[in-house]
Amino acid sequence: MAQSLFNIIVFPGFLFLCLAGVCAEYFDRIFHARMQNRKGPPWFQPVADFIKLSAKEDIIPEEADSFMFRAMPVVAVAATVTSFLYIPLWGSQALFSFEGDVIVVLYLLTIPTMTFFLAGWYSTSLYASVGAVRTITQLFAYEVPLFMAVLAPALLADSWSLSGIAAYYRAHPLYWVFNLPGLAVSLVILLGKLEKVPFDIPEAETEIVGGVFTEYAGRYLAFFRMTIDIEMVVASSLVAAVFLPFGLGFGSVVGFILYLLKVTAVIAAICLLRTIFARLRIDQMVDFCWKYIAPAALLQLLVNIVLKGVLSQ
Amino acid sequence: MSRVTIPLGPQHPALKEPANFSITVAGEKILSTSSRLGYNHRGMEKACEERTYIQDMYLLERICGICSHSHSTAFVQTVEEIAGLDVPRRALYIRTLIGELERIHSHLLWLGVAGHEIGFDTLLMYSWRDREVVMDLLALLCGNRVNYGINTIGGVRRDITAEQIAGALRDMDILEERTRYYIDIATSEPSFIARLAGVGYISREDAVRLQAVGPTGRGSNVAIDIRATDPYAAYGEVDFKVITDSHCDVYGRAVVRLLELMESYRIVRQVLKEMPDGPVTVKAPRKIPAGEAVSRVEAPRGEDVHYVKGNGSDKPERVRVRASTMANIQAVNKMMENNNLADVPIIIAAIDPCFSCTDRCVRVIGGKREDLGWRDLRRHGISWYRKHWGIDFGELNRKLHSLRGER
Amino acid sequence: MKIPGKMAKEVLRHSLKPPATLNYPYVKPEMPDNFRGKIVFDPVRCIGCRMCVKDCPALAIEIAAVGDKKFEARFYLDRCIYCAQCVDSCPKDALLNTKEYELAQIDRQNHRITFHAHADGVVVDPAP
Repeated sequence: MAQSLFNIIVFPGFLFLCLAGVCAEYFDRIFHARMQNRKGPPWFQPVADFIKLSAKEDIIPEEADSFMFRAMPVVAVAATVTSFLYIPLWGSQALFSFEGDVIVVLYLLTIPTMTFFLAGWYSTSLYASVGAVRTITQLFAYEVPLFMAVLAPALLADSWSLSGIAAYYRAHPLYWVFNLPGLAVSLVILLGKLEKVPFDIPEAETEIVGGVFTEYAGRYLAFFRMTIDIEMVVASSLVAAVFLPFGLGFGSVVGFILYLLKVTAVIAAICLLRTIFARLRIDQMVDFCWKYIAPAALLQLLVNIVLKGVLSQ
Repeated sequence: MSRVTIPLGPQHPALKEPANFSITVAGEKILSTSSRLGYNHRGMEKACEERTYIQDMYLLERICGICSHSHSTAFVQTVEEIAGLDVPRRALYIRTLIGELERIHSHLLWLGVAGHEIGFDTLLMYSWRDREVVMDLLALLCGNRVNYGINTIGGVRRDITAEQIAGALRDMDILEERTRYYIDIATSEPSFIARLAGVGYISREDAVRLQAVGPTGRGSNVAIDIRATDPYAAYGEVDFKVITDSHCDVYGRAVVRLLELMESYRIVRQVLKEMPDGPVTVKAPRKIPAGEAVSRVEAPRGEDVHYVKGNGSDKPERVRVRASTMANIQAVNKMMENNNLADVPIIIAAIDPCFSCTDRCVRVIGGKREDLGWRDLRRHGISWYRKHWGIDFGELNRKLHSLRGER
Repeated sequence: MKIPGKMAKEVLRHSLKPPATLNYPYVKPEMPDNFRGKIVFDPVRCIGCRMCVKDCPALAIEIAAVGDKKFEARFYLDRCIYCAQCVDSCPKDALLNTKEYELAQIDRQNHRITFHAHADGVVVDPAP
């Protein structure tokens, strides 16, 4: 019991995730800055931002639904942290696992996006409402390809549990190479999930001010920003666990370093993608997802179905 | 689908200056728009009447931070015409040089702003970094990075040395190479093209009808460039092309600006190489004779028109300015038809707006223009605000004075 | 020819280079020699013609006579627009612009500079 509580709250649960989120945000920002030939923020900037925001006044608009407005940031953080517990980080065993946790993790990762929608919707301001509608439109566009892309490796591994998938690829060390198209698909989708350029349409600053977060200030905004940071780590870990399951059998120290490297690589890839593209329009985004990303994910699924037949013989 | 009216401005991240656009949308589609200006009226034309010609030059230079040289050139040209001054050729060449450097810095700035409006911040960072080259060159030639203060009535204030010419030619090589890279990006990066192509369409006929000037008009194939159609300074003696584009959309305007940069480098090189010798200024009288003149200058954003009427004293009787945004702003509402809400910032940015340059105030009662003196105008403003909004400026002024210390 | 991610090469190349920005308060950019910065006044040269006062667009200069052919200048640097027209207008080169550009002050009073005329040279007194 005490062990589980420690795992959930301290390591690798909430506190570890907060730290990892801060580091991820810092890395993302400094790498982004350096690619743009800027200096970038000092190392403590994400923490300083969090402290500054927390110290500010919490403003809840009169028109907004006060309960939902305050509840959404907390729900978002809770959902993201929970999903992390089912992802194997080093080795092939997650902290908790059961048959079918892939679906649960994907579902839990959808919740932050849903909370963004609800937060925007219950803010009732024009910009926030437009942002909320865009969030949900975008969700429909990328969620299906993401499911297909993540379920393809699971299909090959014949397991609906992330730990089971990891165990399968540990047993067959080179099979992850077949999932590379899925990796590309999921990297693109992560941009949408984390609302980064070119898919930062719901909070496009120059178009709709701050999108769903327009009305948010102070602590609640700090919580939302933390959610996005944590989501970045969780989603990168998911991608690393599903698509990059190599080097799992070298003990926990090597495994942990390798895990950090994988997550860093995924975040670096996301950062590179967000640096070199312009923001798409919502209709272009939906078109792009259904025209290119969904068929690519479908292809991955087909490849894995065929492979499964071939390999099982 | 329900209709919603979204206010864009007067305070909005996409607008660098206050203006208001009310956009009625159904979903993301724009149904109708209306624009409203007047948040930043500064009373400059009136202020000009209270100052001497030399003081006006610096005041009018500050109409716009980006096209400051164009405004001061337009003003000194009218004054020189009234006074009948024969400006030395070297001075005209230097004016041309600074005018083109200003265009380079303005177009590079625009490219960055356009990148920012479509979320392409990397382009913003790179183009503004490269813009520093021309900014530093301007500081070297004129003494400051913005508001160059190079013009004076009867010539220019500073001469250019052989050393500076060599440095400027070197800088042109750097900038030309970078501009080639941006043209390459603009023509091959799909996300950039996707956001610009087909957005903010305005046909050639509409562009002419709504008086689009400068790159906005040339992006719709209206081949009007004051540098070529009504040459001033030394533009009659240099060889350059008027860039037009038949895309008629934001992409066309971007292409026009990028290709104009290449033309500007050509002009700068020619001007530097063929710089004639001689004095840079003639003695100008302090009292300008009675008379009136109009002058047109091609600012980076389009045509600037200045009208000056002198009455024989050292202060002008009337100064009238038409900045290029005033001409282009009419076209914006037309451009926004059949577009998405997401395209609004880039459509507004595509005319390179400068709302403070545009805001004017004329009081017309029953078709007759009423002349108000500076004091009357102030008094009218104070009483209007007290009547309509209940604002007591006397109280505010006292507070301000006590905060600032006496003046 | 459309190439997605055309800038990738450029940004990756720059990620290893030092940033283009200056670390400002610690590294200061050098301005060119004829930079129009803060104005200084030489009371010895001034003949009191007040051309600078007449031409100043911002009404930022006051010249006062303090004795026989002795003048002192008062500058309102908060009003000054740094056009350096006074430098051009002065027939005796009593006004010069410097390269100094860090002119921000917390107190407005610090912007009022009086150049007192002294027999043994120039003393700058920032107090009003």
